[in-house]
Amino acid sequence: MRPFRCEHGGLVPLDRADVDTDQIIPKQFLKRIERTGYGEFLFNDWRYDAVGMPRVDFVLNRPEYAGGTVLVAGRNFACGSSREHAVWALQDHGFRAVIAESFADIFHSNALKSGLLPVTLRAEAVRQLLDLAVESPGEVAIVDLEDQTVSAGDLRFRFNIDSFARRCLLDGLDDIGLTMRHGAAIAAFESQRPSWMPDLTREAAPS
Amino acid sequence: MKTLFDKIWDAHVVALEPDGPALLYVDLHLVHEVTSPQAFEALRLVGRTVRRPSQVVATMDHNVPTTGDGSDGADEVSRAQMEALRRNCEEHGIACFGMGHARQGIVHVIGPELGLTLPGTVIVCGDSHTATHGAFGAFALGIGTSEVEHVLATQCLRQTRPRTMEIRIDGELPFGVTAKDVALGVLSHIGTAGAAGHVVEYTGQVVRAFSMEQRMTLCNLTIEGGGRAGLIAPDETTFAHLHDRPYAPDGARWDAAMTAWLDLRSDDGARHDTTVVVDASVLEPTVTWGTNPAQSVPIGGRVPDPESMADASQRESATRALAYMGLVPGTPVEDIPVDTVFIGSCTNSRIEDLRAAAGVLRGRRVRDGMRVLVVPGSAAVKAQAEAEGLDKVFRSSGAEWRNAGCSMCLAMNADVLRPGERCASTSNRNFEGRQGRGGRTHLVSPVMAAAAALAGHFVDVRTLGVLEEATA
Repeated sequence: MRPFRCEHGGLVPLDRADVDTDQIIPKQFLKRIERTGYGEFLFNDWRYDAVGMPRVDFVLNRPEYAGGTVLVAGRNFACGSSREHAVWALQDHGFRAVIAESFADIFHSNALKSGLLPVTLRAEAVRQLLDLAVESPGEVAIVDLEDQTVSAGDLRFRFNIDSFARRCLLDGLDDIGLTMRHGAAIAAFESQRPSWMPDLTREAAPS
Repeated sequence: MKTLFDKIWDAHVVALEPDGPALLYVDLHLVHEVTSPQAFEALRLVGRTVRRPSQVVATMDHNVPTTGDGSDGADEVSRAQMEALRRNCEEHGIACFGMGHARQGIVHVIGPELGLTLPGTVIVCGDSHTATHGAFGAFALGIGTSEVEHVLATQCLRQTRPRTMEIRIDGELPFGVTAKDVALGVLSHIGTAGAAGHVVEYTGQVVRAFSMEQRMTLCNLTIEGGGRAGLIAPDETTFAHLHDRPYAPDGARWDAAMTAWLDLRSDDGARHDTTVVVDASVLEPTVTWGTNPAQSVPIGGRVPDPESMADASQRESATRALAYMGLVPGTPVEDIPVDTVFIGSCTNSRIEDLRAAAGVLRGRRVRDGMRVLVVPGSAAVKAQAEAEGLDKVFRSSGAEWRNAGCSMCLAMNADVLRPGERCASTSNRNFEGRQGRGGRTHLVSPVMAAAAALAGHFVDVRTLGVLEEATA
C-alpha cells in the first residue's frame, strides 16, 4: 500500500448526504477483474448525461476544481454496497483523502486498506470546509496524518483515527503480513474449534 | 452478563493488536464473482495461498443471466469474470457452485439453504447484504475486496469491536403486514445511518414469531440503516430449519452443536449500548418514495413535501429524490403508476416469498403491458417452487419465471430498467440508477409487488381480498 503522510491538495466540495457507492461507481463498471482503470467512471451518472456528455454543473467537470485531491462530502458518505471499486475509482481519479461527518463502515475500512484517508470531522467543521471550497475554488487543504490535522485557509481541525490504521497508513504496511505474524495463534485457535463448524468437505449423505 | 454478540465475539478473538483492532477468526467465507477476482490476483502476485479452502464457498450470482438454460447469455465481460472465479476456485480447491449448478444461487440464499450458515459462527462475504445470515445467530458482515484477500490468506479479519443496539419489535403485527414492512418501518425510524458502528440484535415477540425467511428479510436490511450486522438469537425455529440440510452437522456433531447453540442468547440483564423499540401494531404495508430505503410511507399515505421537513439536509435529500423519482408532493401513494415489477433479490426471493406473491397472483392476470419478473433466489428455490406449481401460477398470470440470480436488484445482467421506468421491487436499494440508469425503484414486500402487478399502480394488498383466500 502506498503510504500516506501528508497531502497538499485542492478541496473538492460534494455537498450531499448519503452519497452511496452506486453513485460513486455504478455497477456496469464492476465487471472488470483489475484493480485499476475506474477513475474515468467515477460518479458516472452524475458526471455525464445519458449520451456521455459531461454535465457542466457537476463539480468534477468544473475547471476550477480540476486536479483537486481532497473530497469534502456530506454525512454517511459511501453507504450501500461493499464494492471496494468505489475506493479504487476515487483514487484512480486522483483523490487521496475524503473528509465527511461520517462514513459507512465498509467503505471506511476499504479506504484505510487501500491508502485513501477517510477523515471524520464534526458537522460544523465539514460545513466550514464545504463553504470555503465553494467560496474560493481551488483552495488547497493540508491533510496531515502525522499530527492528525486538516488545514485550509484560516481553518484548522484535528481529527481522530484508530492508531493501528494510522500506523499502517503512515508506513504503508501490508496488513496481511502483519496478521501472518500471528500464525501460531491462528493455528492454536484452529486446533480448538468445535467439530460442528461449517466444513465444505463434510457433506451429510442425502437422507 | 453478556449479549448474544458478546458471546460470539469473545469466542472468536484470536489475538489483539496492542493499539487497535482484534483479529477475529472467520468460520465461513462466502465468495462471488464480482468482489473476488482482485483478491485472488493479489494473492497470486505475492505467492500466498488460501489458508482454509474447506471454509470457503463460491457461487455466481451478480452477473448471471436469468433467461435461457442458465449456461449462456452473459455478455463477454461478465463471462470473463465468472470464468476467473471458476479458475480461482479450481486453483485453490474451493467449492464453486457456478452457473448451471444445482446449488447455484444468490450467495445469501445458498449459505442458509445448504446448512453452511450456522448459529454462533463468524461469516464474511464481499457483499454488503451479508447481514442476512445474522438471522441464524451468526455474526455476519460484508467486507471489501482487500478484506476478502486478507481472509483468504489468514482466515481472520481485523475488526474494531462494534457497539450493540437492540431493536425490539413489540406488539401484534397486523394482518397483511410482512417482515419487509417491519424492516422498512425500522429504517424509517432510525434513518440511513441510525445503526452505524453497531451490531443490531432484533428481539421481541414479532421476531420470535417470524419464520427463518422472515428473519432473513429483516436482518438483510440492517445494512441500509448503517449497521455492521444484524443478529437474532437462535431458537427452535432456527434449529428445525437447519436440521438435515446438506452441510449442517449431523449425528454427534449435531448434538454438540445444539449444546453450544442453546446458550446463544443475550443473558437477562445484559446491556446493549442503544435500545430502540418499534411498535409493530401500527405498521402498515409500506412503499418507499425516495432514493434511500429510509424514505418510505405507509400505502395509505402520500408523497411527502420536503418543505415540511425540519432538517435542512433531509429537505435537500428529499427534494433531489423527488426530482429523480418524478414525484409530486402530496400525491397519494396508491395513485403512483408502475410499469415493472421485480420479485427477487437476497431480501425476498426465498420459497416463502414466492409462495406469498403467488398467492396474490393465483388465477389472476397482471395488468396489460406490465413487465413482471419473478427471479428465485437459488436453483434449489426454483426447483422447489416448480414442484409446488408456483411457476405455473406466475406464468399464467403473465409474469416471467426466470433462473436464479441477483438480476434486477442491481441490474448487472440484462435485467435492467430503462430510463423513466418505474418498478415495484422486492429488493433492498432504491438508489438512483440502481436498477438501471434513470430507472425509478419503489421498495415493497412480495405481496405488495404482486398487488401492484395486478393493479398497474400501488394498492393496499389487504383491500384485494386475496390474502384471506391465500391463507384459507
